[in-house]
Amino acid sequence: MKVTPYGVRGSLAAPGPATARYGGNTSCVRVTGPDGAVLVLDAGTGIRSLALELPPGLSRVDVLLTHLHMDHIIGLGFFGPLYNPGMEVHIWGPASATLSLEARLRRYLAPPLFPVLLRDVPCRLELHHTGRGRFSIGAFRVRAARICHPGPTMGYRIETDQGSLAYLPDHEPALGARRFPIDAEWTSGFDLAQKVDLLLHDAQYTREEYPRYVGWGHSTMHDALAFARMAGVKHLVPFHHDPGRDDAALEAAIGAAVADMDPDFPVTPAAEGRTFDLP
Amino acid sequence: MAQQSVEMILVRQLASYLFVPVIVVDTTGTAVFYNEPAERILGVRFEETGRIGPEEADRLIELSDDPAAGPDDAGRRPMLTALQQRRPVHARRWLLRRGDRVRLQVELTAFPVIDQEDRLLGAVAMFWER
Repeated sequence: MKVTPYGVRGSLAAPGPATARYGGNTSCVRVTGPDGAVLVLDAGTGIRSLALELPPGLSRVDVLLTHLHMDHIIGLGFFGPLYNPGMEVHIWGPASATLSLEARLRRYLAPPLFPVLLRDVPCRLELHHTGRGRFSIGAFRVRAARICHPGPTMGYRIETDQGSLAYLPDHEPALGARRFPIDAEWTSGFDLAQKVDLLLHDAQYTREEYPRYVGWGHSTMHDALAFARMAGVKHLVPFHHDPGRDDAALEAAIGAAVADMDPDFPVTPAAEGRTFDLP
Repeated sequence: MAQQSVEMILVRQLASYLFVPVIVVDTTGTAVFYNEPAERILGVRFEETGRIGPEEADRLIELSDDPAAGPDDAGRRPMLTALQQRRPVHARRWLLRRGDRVRLQVELTAFPVIDQEDRLLGAVAMFWER
């Protein structure tokens, strides 16, 4: 299994020379299975270039959306396979208590926000409501669960015979906790992340910034490290970088958190195009 | 122990900040958390007991309409009703703390916790001392 981010930025795209090393696109990750099957995690602005690099002859692609905040779906309308009649596109994501996944997506993929109606895309499109539970997509075994973030939000654990990945790009497990973490039973996302080979996890804020953003649904770098340590992950990839943090500031902030927490696992900040091979 | 759902985690977090006594139960009626104010009405500390099953809860407290009468039968227990009928209940009761035989007059509100997929996850009881 190969895991390649095409967008690592949170909240808003932040292109430009100051973010060129890690990238300015919003959340999008390609997961390639041992048989060549492709999963796409979230549809931020990175999905456009991801589509350009899909192998010729691929006839099916599955897009797993964690939630429908704009930075995670804004690229969907620019996802090339939607406009390919020979392609089968499956979109998985959460419904809300009152609206189906399709109805929620139509709020964006319809005028006045977008010129093309979702029902008019020429590919063979199938939408799947993702509830908590397990399902399989080819060789990928997927486990989904609601995690702590405003609005219906899923985290995913993806396993093949080769390895395991957890993807929790927008996650505030420390919300309301007087101490974090307390114990695994009472920690959002723990079951998804437990002992995975690779954890892509929200690390948007520094500890100093966090008090201004409590409840916005994101983690500090320290909390991401603490969460990864409690879950026993083998490799942490801090993700959803703040759009206001340039490359130098990002490296300094994550470096300081790592020095402070001294994890016994590698920590590699997510960068566009940097592939992780599992195992 | 399996991880609790995020909804139950957030209910616990909220309860831990409230002044009123709150007991959170899972679908089996086991108290998986009670806050500090609830420790006072139960007469035990969560740090010491951890989760409390329904039978153990019966040994700690008794709810009744009339202090001279016996405890509520199962069909009138607010938390049980909230769980089994998936509806909110508000009731006035006498609460007997069995450990020291102290009686408190309380109102209690019990309501089910149901997620966005209409799945019952547990229930919450909030006690209002009169």
